[in-house]
Amino acid sequence: MGGRGDGKGIPHRYIQRCSVKEEIIFAGFGGQGIMLMGKALAYAAMNNGRHVTWMPSYGAEVRGGTAHSMVIISDEIIASPVVKEPTICVVMNRPSLQKFETRVKKGGFLIVNKSLIDIDAARNDIDILNIPATNMASELNSLKSANMIILGALLAKRSIVSLESLIDALKDALSVSNYNMIPINEKAIRKGFEYGSR
Amino acid sequence: MKKILMCGNEAIAEAAIIAGCRFYAGYPITPQNELPSYMSKRMPEVGGIFIQSESEISAINMVFGASLTGIRAMTSSSSPGISLKQEGISYLAACELPAVIVNIMRGGPGLGNIAPSQSDYFQATKGGGHGDYHTIVIAPASLQEMADLTILSFDLADKYRTPVMILGDGILGQMMAPVEFKSLKPKVESFGKKDWILDGCKGRKPRIIRSLLLAEGELERLNLKLQKKYNEIKDKEQRCEVLYGDDSEIMLVAYGTSSRISRSVIERLRKTGKKIGMLRPISLWPFPEKELKRVAKRAKAFLVIEMSCGQMIEDVKLAIDCARPVYFYGRTGGEIPSEEEIIKTIEDKTRS
Amino acid sequence: MDKIFKKPESIRDVGTHYCPGCGHGIVHRIICEVVDELDIRENLIGIAPVGCAVIAYDYWDFDVTEAAHGRVPAVATGIKRVRPDKIVFGYQGDGDLAAIGTAEIIHAANRGENITIIFVNNTVYGMTGGQMAPTTLLKQKTATTPSGREQKTHGFPLKVCELLSVLPGVVHSERVSVHNPQNVLKAKKAIKKAFENQIKNLGFSIVEVLSPCPTYLGLTPQDAVKWVGEEMAKEYPIGIYKGAA
Repeated sequence: MGGRGDGKGIPHRYIQRCSVKEEIIFAGFGGQGIMLMGKALAYAAMNNGRHVTWMPSYGAEVRGGTAHSMVIISDEIIASPVVKEPTICVVMNRPSLQKFETRVKKGGFLIVNKSLIDIDAARNDIDILNIPATNMASELNSLKSANMIILGALLAKRSIVSLESLIDALKDALSVSNYNMIPINEKAIRKGFEYGSR
Repeated sequence: MKKILMCGNEAIAEAAIIAGCRFYAGYPITPQNELPSYMSKRMPEVGGIFIQSESEISAINMVFGASLTGIRAMTSSSSPGISLKQEGISYLAACELPAVIVNIMRGGPGLGNIAPSQSDYFQATKGGGHGDYHTIVIAPASLQEMADLTILSFDLADKYRTPVMILGDGILGQMMAPVEFKSLKPKVESFGKKDWILDGCKGRKPRIIRSLLLAEGELERLNLKLQKKYNEIKDKEQRCEVLYGDDSEIMLVAYGTSSRISRSVIERLRKTGKKIGMLRPISLWPFPEKELKRVAKRAKAFLVIEMSCGQMIEDVKLAIDCARPVYFYGRTGGEIPSEEEIIKTIEDKTRS
Repeated sequence: MDKIFKKPESIRDVGTHYCPGCGHGIVHRIICEVVDELDIRENLIGIAPVGCAVIAYDYWDFDVTEAAHGRVPAVATGIKRVRPDKIVFGYQGDGDLAAIGTAEIIHAANRGENITIIFVNNTVYGMTGGQMAPTTLLKQKTATTPSGREQKTHGFPLKVCELLSVLPGVVHSERVSVHNPQNVLKAKKAIKKAFENQIKNLGFSIVEVLSPCPTYLGLTPQDAVKWVGEEMAKEYPIGIYKGAA
């Protein structure tokens, strides 16, 4: 993590870091925890003193096969929360790959949930990480945690926040009634991080 | 209390509760649905009233009834629903009843689409309904402002006994960003101080709230009284943010979401040495004409950025008496102007 | 000599703008008598409609607000929800309640709002010049049905009490008439009951009052009351549609 502080108890101005601007799209189908992924990452970045926005796809579009949320994390004030060309894109199912692959910014990063996507991403001007996230989640007996596995892998490749601050942010992103999900989610994040670090 | 991530619709709702709003009536419409949902959960917790009405027309009239009892009341909707509320807003203005109306604008005309838009500027600032009246129109541009300015809106509504509209758009309503409620507090103490409410005529003469004024000269007198109030509001309540007002040759004018994009453009161009700034109206009515006149002394040209075909531009021209060229760039139908498009417009206009 | 007939305290001592033979004055008076008898004048908020009764507040001596056309039940809902301790009643004509405000009345009734609605049905639009109302009888001539109301083009007379009586939120739906003294007394009894229901927190009450409009029926006041008692009451039977007597 390049010696970066996680910001806990440390005033914002003492945290050393290079300038960050990531524009991220998380996409999949309803029930995959797409909204939560974005929220958890946004909270972690916010707790580190960064500017964040989170924007859902809303209205009728939600029922059109893919749901997605857009997260921007930046050291500067964020103008529009709408992401047109993501620097990082997570696709959790096949329709999402087909919809968003072409939109990833040149040199950007695409994470593909290989368990549920039986085609390959075709771009060769971006980094691509294929990860069998749903299979890995079922090894943890927690199919719903595929989203957290991917988040862990994402942090291994792009150190936007520290692993620990993401895990801490689960408390903010989840409602109190879902706090019992925190241990399994933490496990999933660490498993994904390991995979991404290989 | 630390900052929390919340969407704009929820930030307005929570701030309304803090402002002492205890009555909400509304009808679902995208992209403002998080607001009534939040209210349906929160109002019972604070002993307030939430009603999902049968229509926007009914909602605004329920607010009319609630407001005349002295309670702080609000409704919210998005563009097509706000059109339906205009009759009620005219009656609120005529009867001098305070209320807060939230419009999270979407693309129009007609049913339009559910994407963010700023095409209800004329409707909001020029009256909207029938008759000689204005509503105060407040335009937040960030999540924190969604909260802060909601408190202000309730205060202004009570202070001037007039409906106040909060004008946002689908992006501001839907996006989540950090917001803090800790220091928020209403400034206008209104509870128990309204000597015009209807609560039964015990120990006093009966009161009448009405807007039908048939006797000769009676309605003109009301209108002149309202105008006096509006002039006072124009004098005291103009609000805006000025960015690089002291040395800018080109001033952008934008509010809400388009001001966020404009701000980004300015920071980019400043790095290249361009003397560019922005005036961001926070009150759309009253329009911040005093400040515009002031920056016009230095600025050579204005560029108005809107998510419409050009509505606020008319007020910019009026405010500076067309003393400087006023250019326009906008996207419409739910589209958002990009930084690149705005930069290109600036290059085109300053080259010629 | 003792004065044995005097004005109710709740009615102002002024002449009204209503036409000779109009039923509104009678309905105003019996409402005010009931308000006095129940001793609720100082705890009352009335809502005036758009239509001939728009300036009812010139005659009623208690707190009154106007509502936009047809929106009386919505305004009443707003007031009553905030102040359940106040007595709230709406006064509506046939255009206000049964045409432009149909959505509001049905939904306020269906929510079972604890309010009282007095609905004056005279089968025509008086204030705008005698046009067809939703309650105009078939074949009845009005300014907009010069050859008489035809079902094919204008539909049937709307039966409000019958319609509302099927809603579970309604505790009392009754039709009365003011075409003769005997019926005026019955109308007063129904209106009193409708206010008592609210005082007891029972829910939504509506009293429809058949009322003469000699001007736009083109009849003398005497013939107009006769027409209400004979023709109108045939289409709109007097009686209780919901709730005990």
